[in-house]
Amino acid sequence: MAKTAKHETNEAFFWILFSAGGMMAALFIPIQLFLFGIAFPLGWLHAPTYDSLMSLVRMPITRIYLFVLCSLPLFHWAHRFRYTLYDGLKVKHLNEVIFVFCYGGATVGTLVAAYFLWTIR
Amino acid sequence: MPAPTQATIKSPVQYTEFHPRWYRPKVSVYWWLGERHYFKFIVRELSSVFVAVFVVETLLLINALRIGPEAYAQFLELMQNPLMILLNIISLFFLIFHTITWFNLAPSATPVRVGGKRLPDIMIAGPAYVAWIVISAIIGWLVLR
Repeated sequence: MAKTAKHETNEAFFWILFSAGGMMAALFIPIQLFLFGIAFPLGWLHAPTYDSLMSLVRMPITRIYLFVLCSLPLFHWAHRFRYTLYDGLKVKHLNEVIFVFCYGGATVGTLVAAYFLWTIR
Repeated sequence: MPAPTQATIKSPVQYTEFHPRWYRPKVSVYWWLGERHYFKFIVRELSSVFVAVFVVETLLLINALRIGPEAYAQFLELMQNPLMILLNIISLFFLIFHTITWFNLAPSATPVRVGGKRLPDIMIAGPAYVAWIVISAIIGWLVLR
């Protein structure tokens, strides 16, 4: 019983991360993807200069924002991708491997984001 | 006289150490291709892969900014690669699909009751769309100013 209860607590925790990351991704990613992934490369709009981006990124609020923007959506991915592999591709027998791959990947991404943002001067 | 073996005892209910066979029809790996709703569900779930792709690109951008102007120029050049543009066009399609399905699901996931009555879905999804537009405008202004 205790084990089941613990499992459910973890599920709720991961679900909150999934849900917060989903909201973050829904609200913030499309515009940034459009600008940096399509509009700037195709020359529809001028890409900001290095200095103007750095003036934004030097502000602590921008770094906190970028950290959350990297971390939470990764946990959103981890949760969804894990269940897509379970249900979609029916690879339930690789349960532990998938779990480690997804949440491990999200954790590594979070640490890398923290390191990059911490070391910007 | 030898002891009767299990096989020789005949009783109406026989004990076996195996489960009865459950009725579990095999489902194909492609179960989601046949029906529109299942397909939509899988497309929605797969949008998360493109969320992760965006985060990787953002990490590359942050790293480039961290290193210096030349690295930033290289990042912009990398994003001009036709394959990257193609990837990002596909990503944007999935991300917008994610946003729309996410907002439309929100009223079901978090039903809000006011005065004992459930708020109509549009009262929850509507503000989310407004917030999306406002946030996009603010980010666009901050980056482009």
